[in-house]
Amino acid sequence: MRMTLADMYNTPDERNLLDTMKQGIIGKPLDRPEGPLKVTGTATYSAEYKLDGCVEGVLVLADIPQGTVSTIHRDDVVAMPGVLAVLADEAMVRRSTQGTSGKAPAQDVQTVDYFAQPVALVVAETFEQAREAALALKIEYEGAGNPVPFDPESADAEVETPSDSKPVKGGDLEQAMRDAAFAIDVDYDTPGHASAAMEPHATIAEWQDDRLILRGSYQMLAFNVKEIADCLSISPKKVRIIAPYVGGGFGSKLGITHEAVAAAIAAKELGRPVRVVMTRQQVFQTVMRRSETRQRVRLAADAAGKLIGLGHEALVSNLPDEDFAEPVTQATEFLYGGENRLLKVEVARICRMTAGSVRAPGEAVGMQVLEAAMDELAEKAGLDPVELRKRNLPAKVPVEGTPYSSRMLVEALEQGAAQLGWDRRKPSPCQTREGDWWIGMGVASAARVNVMIPAEARVTLNADGTALVETDQTDIGTGTYAILGQIAGEMLGLPISKVRVVLGDTSLPAGAGSGGSFGAISTGSAVMRACEAIRKKLGKKLGCEGDALEITDGMASHGEKQCSLIDLLDGEDMAEIGSIKPGKTFKDFSQASYGAFFAEVGVHAFTGEVRVRRMTGAFGFGRVLNAKTARSQCLGGMVWGIGSALTEELAFDMRDGHLVNHDLAEYHVPVHADVPALDVILLEERDAAASPLQAKGVGELGICGAAGAIANAVYNACGVRVRSFPLTLDKIIPHLPDPFVSPA
Amino acid sequence: MKAFALDHATSAQGAIHALQHGGTVIAGGTNLVDLMKLQIAAPDRVISIRRTELGEMALDGEGLRIGALVTNADCAADMRVREHWPLLAKAILAGASPQLRNRATTGGNLCQRTRCGYFYDTTQACNKRDPGAGCAARSGFNRIHAVLGTSDSCIATYPGDMAVAMLALDAVVLTEGPSGPREIPIAAFHRMPGDDPSRDNVLEAGELITAVRLPAPTGGIQLYRKVRDRASYAFALVSVAVDVTMDQGRIARCALAFGSLGTVPWRDPAVEQVLIGEEPSAALFAKAANVLLKDAKGLGANDFKIPLAARALAATLNEATQAGKA
Amino acid sequence: MSISLTVNGRKRIVETDADKPLLWVLREDLDMPGTKFGCGAGLCGACTVHLDGDAVRSCQTPIADAAGKAITTIEGVGLNDIGKRVQEAWVALDVPQCDYCQAGQIMSATALLKQNPKPTPEDIDGWMSGNICRCATYMRIRAAIRTAAGLPAEESVA
Repeated sequence: MRMTLADMYNTPDERNLLDTMKQGIIGKPLDRPEGPLKVTGTATYSAEYKLDGCVEGVLVLADIPQGTVSTIHRDDVVAMPGVLAVLADEAMVRRSTQGTSGKAPAQDVQTVDYFAQPVALVVAETFEQAREAALALKIEYEGAGNPVPFDPESADAEVETPSDSKPVKGGDLEQAMRDAAFAIDVDYDTPGHASAAMEPHATIAEWQDDRLILRGSYQMLAFNVKEIADCLSISPKKVRIIAPYVGGGFGSKLGITHEAVAAAIAAKELGRPVRVVMTRQQVFQTVMRRSETRQRVRLAADAAGKLIGLGHEALVSNLPDEDFAEPVTQATEFLYGGENRLLKVEVARICRMTAGSVRAPGEAVGMQVLEAAMDELAEKAGLDPVELRKRNLPAKVPVEGTPYSSRMLVEALEQGAAQLGWDRRKPSPCQTREGDWWIGMGVASAARVNVMIPAEARVTLNADGTALVETDQTDIGTGTYAILGQIAGEMLGLPISKVRVVLGDTSLPAGAGSGGSFGAISTGSAVMRACEAIRKKLGKKLGCEGDALEITDGMASHGEKQCSLIDLLDGEDMAEIGSIKPGKTFKDFSQASYGAFFAEVGVHAFTGEVRVRRMTGAFGFGRVLNAKTARSQCLGGMVWGIGSALTEELAFDMRDGHLVNHDLAEYHVPVHADVPALDVILLEERDAAASPLQAKGVGELGICGAAGAIANAVYNACGVRVRSFPLTLDKIIPHLPDPFVSPA
Repeated sequence: MKAFALDHATSAQGAIHALQHGGTVIAGGTNLVDLMKLQIAAPDRVISIRRTELGEMALDGEGLRIGALVTNADCAADMRVREHWPLLAKAILAGASPQLRNRATTGGNLCQRTRCGYFYDTTQACNKRDPGAGCAARSGFNRIHAVLGTSDSCIATYPGDMAVAMLALDAVVLTEGPSGPREIPIAAFHRMPGDDPSRDNVLEAGELITAVRLPAPTGGIQLYRKVRDRASYAFALVSVAVDVTMDQGRIARCALAFGSLGTVPWRDPAVEQVLIGEEPSAALFAKAANVLLKDAKGLGANDFKIPLAARALAATLNEATQAGKA
Repeated sequence: MSISLTVNGRKRIVETDADKPLLWVLREDLDMPGTKFGCGAGLCGACTVHLDGDAVRSCQTPIADAAGKAITTIEGVGLNDIGKRVQEAWVALDVPQCDYCQAGQIMSATALLKQNPKPTPEDIDGWMSGNICRCATYMRIRAAIRTAAGLPAEESVA
């Protein structure tokens, strides 16, 4: 079949072009090209640009949960040393922008929507002066005493069905529960999470006449340009964002937020560049939280352990008027069978900081609960948990009837089980004790939807036989520099040393951005298509079709004909822009990446402390573009799973909605000692429906279900089933068996 | 942070002299600098003692004298400490990280302030930070807070590890001040909050810790068990310091101190009396825990510390007495 | 006030307040932004530098306390043999992801190998405990430290 280079991805590209290329670098575990810069402290992050005359801004946060600013005592502060301005502009943003919004979020900081909302910016010559002035600034409010809901479970919190979340209903779940040989009906809850990227949000804003240049730490620059332009009521054409290196995002930098807008306004007002770096506490308090969830899971199985009914209902929260509602049941829709089903998400409107995307929104918390409930069903049905999962993989998506593009779940379960030594698992709890520790194993499936976002990239084959890849796509640590170079090198028959990749500048063609695991497949496909266009031209020069051209190490050939790229180019550069947009393949097929987690944990018989001892993840996500960076993404996700299972929890004070643990001492992300040796198995797969690369997303897959495997292992170790994440020891010790009694 | 003057004292006497004109002492700065950035502490004048003679360790007839300026890293690495007072080295190494221990000092660590989130958040009421303001933690998120030694005005814990070990080792805090030198048993050093939680310890204005003295070693089995939410780099939920000597299968001598359980490092002689002379058993440990925790009061989120302390006590004593028998 | 420093072997003089944290003197006054601001409160390790060879948090170290001492940062750690080996191992195992914590990780790792040339994985976990990485590069960090020490990595990282 002959593909056109049209934008829309409507038909699976079965040519499988990358496997027909001869350079042999695609998929290889190549090092990221920016590695040497990164280990010498010479990669430049957004706050680190030196601009003449740059001054410092510090955000001031509200110390009330809701109300209206009545007076800002500017004069006292403006008189302080070095202070240049106190801004509370109506264009400043109250909330963070949701990912892919492309529009301004709620503006006007006169109104306070939640505790610690930014309400002003103090600008001074030095950071210390600005911070001191920000701390000294007195602000008075009206209406601060009005009662508002902070707890999604409180009676005054209005509960709605979110606008973009349609419940899935099929058959009669109640009847299936009555008919079931084995039924589970359980409530679980998960707490709020923080992205906690290591680089705090930071922006330097500079105006050159009516053009705004932002050096900012953001994930999706093409959207961010539109967002900041909308905030400032200027044309997106007047905005340029530069972000070649981003110190982690995990969702928190998807959309433009407080510091960027404030910096832009201050820079305009003062006529000089302004830098605003948020403090760690401010990032925790104001940017974005993952919603806490309460989830009810109902599983109805027949005598053979086959699901006949499945219910997954979730209550999440957000501020009023926010579209985003944690899509908890996203993977439940397609993962397991059970035609009688009810899946729905409701959102409680409360007055705490904006809820939005944190790594793998939906699956991160939905899958861990579904997979813990599956473990409960396996026990009830007397089935091995791996076997239960294998019995419940439907041929087509229930209710909708859509076919799967590809699904390596069985392979993942089998290979993961073999790797961890699942056959040594004892089917019932409290059977293995080593010293003071109970030992147990648990399994969970992994699933994460595959998403494509419109993307463009320019590839230039230079007359000297090198190539340049350019797009505003970001690399937030995921390996974008490496994989885009590999795609171009493979397609153009060049060693990786001959390919240069330039990213993170909106003066370049608009990539997808980093988020939702879509960066690689979207922008990577655009790079591939640009290369296809170049190959077509090269083919013409050599007298053949582009697809028939063979290029290796800069030498093009077709049949007997052979010519170096340098000679073919004959002194002229060849530049093409490739683009892609999601099309019909995303409607015709259910597309997701799959995998399985196997965990072995120890639970301290006296104190209930849980430590992960070993963990294996096996993943199938289409073509592996770079075995090293893909593995790193999987490992990172699994460590997030450890945090989600055991330690991470945003603690809000329900009297005023303020975040109590707003620093890295008390919000417990995993540290070195929490992370044992983890194994990752990358399964070979090709998925033509997912992208011309035959690759699917992998950035978030490693977290989607991981915490469930750990929770299941805890139960297998000590017989304590905790239905509230994280599994901190306080929830375990009331149910532990007598530590002085050894297993029979 | 608020601008301040930084003076360097070159001797303890010089520092004490300087303190008569007001000011706050800084040593490693690992706690004070943070508090100053948040303007929880806002001294106009800070007197650094890093260039004084207080950084020495010496053995004498009374035991080991650890200068106030000896860093946690140096103290934990000292061969004399590791051999004779291993409990102290274990407790120090259970806390913070190497970078912090390289800066944090013996005197400073004794004076480190609580990690109560309401103390650290200037938008919240806190009697310790702002006397008379009230205590937002009592009915707030108080999972890490104390269950012993609390008052209506404060439930914050002393968060450290080093002092817990020192308490079990009967250390003495040596000070110098306007009214001369003092020797303060460590059990009397930290103050329970009562109705004035703003003062964490009994140091008077202008008084400086010069050293901590450890008495002669006991030769017992010494263990430090820190129970926390992650495997390392977290403050204790409960910690237990044990120094136990066994004789013919019975507990001959026993010192037990607890961290993050009370508002101050906690030691109760009545608990030790229950244990001494007895054969170790699950029932004995439970009896000791009951004595320890008879007045313990949780406020909801921290209720679990009561059974956790009993379990940590049992686990640690079990391990120590087994080792002592071997 | 005028403060004289030795940074990566070079004498530097800065005009600054005595109370300014070393981190900001490095990043702003000396234009050496390789040392990172992660939390400003000694909680994450991103700002780790060496002061007379000891790993410390530069965000908590007033510049006056660094005066007259030898300061080593990520920009200069490769000048000594151990630091160079650590950086090379970091590249060889492709340790960094987003990288923002890695300057601190490398500085801590170098300080570890100076004290303990043959660390076990447990030694590494203990020593590195205060250096947080949200990308979770921990396994490769352990392996890279062991590699720099000339030891088998003991963990699959390929």
